Amino acid sequence: MSQELPRDTRPRAHHDLGGAPKYMCMPVDTEPHVLSAFDKDVDAIRQILGDKEIMSTDELRRGIEAIPETDYHRLTYYQRWLRSITDTLLRKGVLTEAELRAALGA
Amino acid sequence: MTLAPGMRVRVRDDWPETRGTCHIRTPHYLRGERGVVLAWLGEFPNPEDAAFARPAAETPLYHVRFDQPSLWGQGTPGDAVVAEIFGHWLEEADT
Repeated sequence: MSQELPRDTRPRAHHDLGGAPKYMCMPVDTEPHVLSAFDKDVDAIRQILGDKEIMSTDELRRGIEAIPETDYHRLTYYQRWLRSITDTLLRKGVLTEAELRAALGA
Repeated sequence: MTLAPGMRVRVRDDWPETRGTCHIRTPHYLRGERGVVLAWLGEFPNPEDAAFARPAAETPLYHVRFDQPSLWGQGTPGDAVVAEIFGHWLEEADT
């Protein structure tokens, strides 16, 4: 397949962005980014879930990759993490939707 | 199979994402490409299983060097792309 097809016709998953031709003309942002309180909170939650062996980094990545394409590109880096964490905890039954709604005050 | 540094390899031209839900660490742009093993990095739980909280066998991970100009159509001769690739994605290449 690598010889017959141009790269952008390969069936890559939408999160598999390396080498995608549409990004080749865009400058790479190499500036350091300040982490928000939200970012740090999400990171801390993931570390706790890892330490307690409730959710691994591999499960986090899989959950990020499962975010539908339009949401994936709309969300920030740590918003994707939180989406993955939430989806995973709901699926595993660590949280229920009712508990989540109650915690959010909805 | 343990791959030794200097060994010529080819990344499997496989597309599990077309067959259903999966988690793979091999970037799309390296499938089917030829490279050279630089180093064995150790054994790690296979992420393709760990991502689904399934029992995950210890799996060898390698640094593999690819020729950048032929990969991207950019760069100068000698430029390289080095990627971490799990052993089960690599097969020995003759050339």
